[in-house]
Amino acid sequence: MKESKLLAKDKDIVTPGETIAEGMDFFPGIGTYRYEDRILANQTGLLHVEGKVLKTTPLAGRYLPAKNDVVIGRVSDILMSGWRIDINSPYSSVLPLKDATFDFIKKGADLTEYFSLEDYVVCKITQVTSQNLIDVSMKGPGLRKLRGGQFILVNAAKVPRIIGRQGSMVSMVKKGTGCQIAVGQNGIVWISGEPTSEIIAVEAVRKIEREAHVSGLTDNMKKFLEERTGTKLDLEQIKREAEAESAAAEQPRFQSRPPREESFQEDK
Amino acid sequence: MTYTSKEHIISSLKKGVRLDGRKPYEFRPVSIVTGTISTAEGSAVVRCGDTEVIAGVKMAIGKPYPDRPNSGTLSVNAELLPISNPAFESGPPSTVSIELARVIDRGVRESKTIDESALCVTPGEAVWMVNVDLCPLNTDGNLIDVGALAAIAALKNTRFPKYEGGQVDYKTKTDKQLPVGIIPIPVTIVKVGDVILVDPTADEFEVADARLTVTTEEDGTICSLQKGGEAPLSLDEVGQMIDLATAQAKELRAILVKAL
Repeated sequence: MKESKLLAKDKDIVTPGETIAEGMDFFPGIGTYRYEDRILANQTGLLHVEGKVLKTTPLAGRYLPAKNDVVIGRVSDILMSGWRIDINSPYSSVLPLKDATFDFIKKGADLTEYFSLEDYVVCKITQVTSQNLIDVSMKGPGLRKLRGGQFILVNAAKVPRIIGRQGSMVSMVKKGTGCQIAVGQNGIVWISGEPTSEIIAVEAVRKIEREAHVSGLTDNMKKFLEERTGTKLDLEQIKREAEAESAAAEQPRFQSRPPREESFQEDK
Repeated sequence: MTYTSKEHIISSLKKGVRLDGRKPYEFRPVSIVTGTISTAEGSAVVRCGDTEVIAGVKMAIGKPYPDRPNSGTLSVNAELLPISNPAFESGPPSTVSIELARVIDRGVRESKTIDESALCVTPGEAVWMVNVDLCPLNTDGNLIDVGALAAIAALKNTRFPKYEGGQVDYKTKTDKQLPVGIIPIPVTIVKVGDVILVDPTADEFEVADARLTVTTEEDGTICSLQKGGEAPLSLDEVGQMIDLATAQAKELRAILVKAL
């Protein structure tokens, strides 16, 4: 058998159709595929060589849903037993009734009492089928309806940078501006607070998106926020708090259902 | 793209804050590029924030109106392309696009920007007919002001095509320019609650109760007014808006003159 050979380096930018490796010793991951005995890229992005697995992460582009992603979606339709949620991806998702609320919902109830058209929700993707039918759930820590504030759209590929390591970046913006912020993996960011600080928060998020590839971004952002808000930020403390917060979120993924009796009481 | 609820915009405006961080009387940065379409006699692209409008001027030889045998014609048309905003739909022109074209047309016509007698080739037989076409490439509010800047910049950029023996040779441009004299500048001012704003974004336009477009000439002469929206405006408010529009028009005029 021919000897396997890697034709591109780790962190190289590859283009669709570009041969990344030859031979059967490497495996295709996300963003790559095998053609005969070669591995080719199918999107423009950065190459990651993880052992024998070759992956690419896109530099830009639409959000592609993945299981367990927490996203922000807009209610676009009300179905017979659920809601259709637009999650800013090429495929829309469905929030089934059973995953929407712990309440007992009577047959034929008006579903808009729970979620109405144009409502925005933080939800989690529970399933993505091969046909790209997507299910989302509202059961889990932090999953809720969003009220007020403004929504901005950012490049979904830059979301990890906006959130930062264990949420450190977004925590810093929250701390600096005093705004509530929710970042969806699909590139929708919700910001709510005092109008003047909201503007600073929007600018900060846009700056992170623009300078996502620049090293030393955390220090730059600290400087930016301190300049604009006039308050000093303690990076170490923010980091500790963000870590504690993400550790708390790691706890139980789904709350258990409330006892049946309680549900019936609400029905009366 | 952003999504913000109307209540949120209004409550912020009540606190005196525009969500893009601008002051109430502040325009977004305007940039003007001329000569962008090689097949047109004149063209311009004007960008103002996220609003971008392209204008093209085409000239043809036609018969003048019987009552004005020595005058050429000038008309402004606008088409709102669905690609520029999801709210626009293809099909017959909407009231918004007709109003846009009419308000800009009225400004150019009433200020007598173009000396129509200079468009005459043979009296009663052949005159130049000038058509200005406007297309928003991207829409984030304030199409009238941006569209008018694009139309004027394109007219200023226009060169007559070669005309010989009853035939127009569009491939050969002459050095002769359109006789553009007075430059009219419209400024649209909206009222949201008690707040008065210039250069509204699409979101601000949505929540506006009333709007007034004031077109002024260089010496402050008003050559057209257009009121929109359901709320009434008091006499004081109209006066305030006209003063504001005249001041804003000066700034826009300076930008336009610098770009040409």
